[in-house]
Amino acid sequence: MNTPLFEIVDIPINVEEVRRKVTDRNAGAITLFIGTVRELTKGKKTLHLEYQAYPAMAIKMFEQISKEIQERWPEAKVAITHRIGHLDISDIAVVIAVSSPHRKIAYMANEYAIERIKQIVPIWKKEFWEDGTEWIGDQLEKVPYPEGNPSIKRGELS
Amino acid sequence: MINILLFAHLQEAIGKSELRVDLSDYTVGQIKEWMENQYPQLSLQNIMTAVNEEFATDQMIVKDGDTLAFIPPVSGG
Repeated sequence: MNTPLFEIVDIPINVEEVRRKVTDRNAGAITLFIGTVRELTKGKKTLHLEYQAYPAMAIKMFEQISKEIQERWPEAKVAITHRIGHLDISDIAVVIAVSSPHRKIAYMANEYAIERIKQIVPIWKKEFWEDGTEWIGDQLEKVPYPEGNPSIKRGELS
Repeated sequence: MINILLFAHLQEAIGKSELRVDLSDYTVGQIKEWMENQYPQLSLQNIMTAVNEEFATDQMIVKDGDTLAFIPPVSGG
């Protein structure tokens, strides 16, 4: 099967398709993480989101995350698809599938993948609220920085 | 010539997502300064950079034909 394990798409993600990519006869578990668009963040209402990516680099970073997972858990197999463009509330933004012989590694590697995505993968989201818009980004998805002055240190990514 | 890519709010600040400039053999740090002088509305403080799709330091020299991308703090997932 030739479908790439890591994809950026601008259409709705087919979860089953991502799961199928990590199918393995030696797998005893597959974990699926499905990231969806939330309506309320600290009481503020999101109308919709717009995701943008630097696709070529994002794919490279997905591959790097997979490599890091291989180093930690050689039995784990990972596939990731992230959607970009306009997303409405409850739409699926990202799907991560991890298979492994036993469930514990599938859970751990899957969580590792989403944490790393939030640190190193060049994808950005723009929030559309009732009273305005804002590009979000502090790598932990908490603090918006409207004028390009994120308040966190970014040195750990060399 | 080098290619410069901008994303998210940086792209909106200057109204362009891509530039071609004659800044081969300058460092990432020098190109950042040049950009900020050229576009006073642009702040590249704490913005990461990538050269040819790999994260880069301010000291790295950008060669003819390279692609330099300014990477704001990411918010995927």
